[in-house]
Amino acid sequence: MSPRLRWRKFVSGFMLTMTGVCALVAVSVLFFILGYLVYHGGTSINWSFFTKLPKPVGETGGGMANAIVGSAKMLLLASLLGVPIGFLGAIYLAEFSSSKVAFVVRYAADLLNGVPSIVIGIFAYSLAVLPFKHFSTLAGGFALGLMMIPITLRSTEEFLLAVPRALREAAMALGASKWKTIATVIVPAAYRGILTAVLLAFARVAGETAPLLFTALGNRFWSPGWNQPTASLPEMIFRYALAPYEDWHRQAWAAGLVLLGLILVINIVARAVLARGIAVPRA
Amino acid sequence: MHASVRPAVTVNITPSQTGAIGREMTAALPMRMTVGKVNFFYGPKQALFDVSLGVATSKVTALIGPSGCGKSTLLRTLNRMHETVRHARLEGEITLDGQSILAQDVTQLRRRVGMVFQRPNPFPKSIFDNVAYGLRINGSKLPISEAVEKSLRHSALWDEVKDHLHKSAYELSGGQQQRLCIARALAVEPEVLLLDEPCSALDPISTAKIEELLVQLKDLCTLVIVTHNMQQAARVSDFTAFLLTGQLIEFSPTPQLFTTPGDARTEAYITGRFG
Repeated sequence: MSPRLRWRKFVSGFMLTMTGVCALVAVSVLFFILGYLVYHGGTSINWSFFTKLPKPVGETGGGMANAIVGSAKMLLLASLLGVPIGFLGAIYLAEFSSSKVAFVVRYAADLLNGVPSIVIGIFAYSLAVLPFKHFSTLAGGFALGLMMIPITLRSTEEFLLAVPRALREAAMALGASKWKTIATVIVPAAYRGILTAVLLAFARVAGETAPLLFTALGNRFWSPGWNQPTASLPEMIFRYALAPYEDWHRQAWAAGLVLLGLILVINIVARAVLARGIAVPRA
Repeated sequence: MHASVRPAVTVNITPSQTGAIGREMTAALPMRMTVGKVNFFYGPKQALFDVSLGVATSKVTALIGPSGCGKSTLLRTLNRMHETVRHARLEGEITLDGQSILAQDVTQLRRRVGMVFQRPNPFPKSIFDNVAYGLRINGSKLPISEAVEKSLRHSALWDEVKDHLHKSAYELSGGQQQRLCIARALAVEPEVLLLDEPCSALDPISTAKIEELLVQLKDLCTLVIVTHNMQQAARVSDFTAFLLTGQLIEFSPTPQLFTTPGDARTEAYITGRFG
């Protein structure tokens, strides 16, 4: 073997190892976090964690039922606000707008996406908390919804634009109007991607803490209706992790595990839905 | 394309170029569509120059010419698909059954003038839903499953797919997909079917099947086919138009155009000297 060939084989082997190691590191981070959460919080996960309210300071046990429900309510509100606006806005961008308008909207969405979540929190505070003089589930949902808009918008637009032009032409050549084409061909062809995008946006805001501190505040009790301060999982993690009690720390880990678990379950369910239907093959 | 064949002056269709026999024949036939002095522009660039021709009812008209000669552009003007391109502009007159298509509602027009594209482009739906698509969006009152079967029979695909109509259209081979696209277009019972190089992405056996099909389809509708393949034009068409750099050089009955071309450039092209 010539030295040149030996060198090339070495470089090839080295790069293969490097890429493999990096891929391994990328996935192992997730498993490391999962393992860590299970190790620290696993023991605190029991039936009462899902069904009971937090116990007063000093007592051990209790649960985070109110935080789980609070998170669910706010995420529902956030999705109701963020998904339709992001989705319909993306349709406009991808199918109707001039390239100049699209550029401006895209740029604005990217900037909005980059706004620190705490700033979104302060904004939502001044708009949805101050005028009503109290913190609420609605305000929390509003803040999270704002954050969902740009993520949903940008990724939905990408998936709509990726639908082959040939499919649009096929529909139009059959006498479909622009709206019919969008509703019956383009969106169905892109829906897997769109659903993935919505899920990513959902998972991203599910873990947001900062905007909720200014809007939903937190609550150690049930929060009936939509107009009162409410607990949420990330906010509970934040408070419990800072507290000086061993039992609270364990519960914070458990809350983290539950949050991750919920996102994982939603992902798996959505992917099961995605697996049905017919995908457009890659060109 | 060789530089020397580029025409220096604008060419108009004169009797000597179309051929006397061709004119008599075309004049005697009923015309489904006519194209009158069409000029076409992509932005500042002119793609068609004063093109005039007639599309005879229940015949196959082929458009041939080298790449970039405007044959696909001309085809796309016939159902106004050119309007999906920004800054595209059309001057002149195009009629369907004696009525201007430019004044009509475009979705109505496209139901009457269907189109099959270069690459098979089935929807990401089942075989059945692909064919049913046009009927459904047009709110057809016909029983859909019967219409689907009829279209699939017309496109010679029925026997191959009748047992798995609810499978994905992408599970079919390329040639089957293209016949599915033809069935999809036929389902809305168009008067004219435009085919934009329908066989260019297919193997010879699939191509032969489609050619055979096209000849049979003449009974159902009028066909206009763009093709790169001169043998194909000779095999399937009744009339052939030869285009060069956006101009209609010659338009004659197919046998005449291929045996006794009226223009030196047509002869050069069909004998393979350029293109």
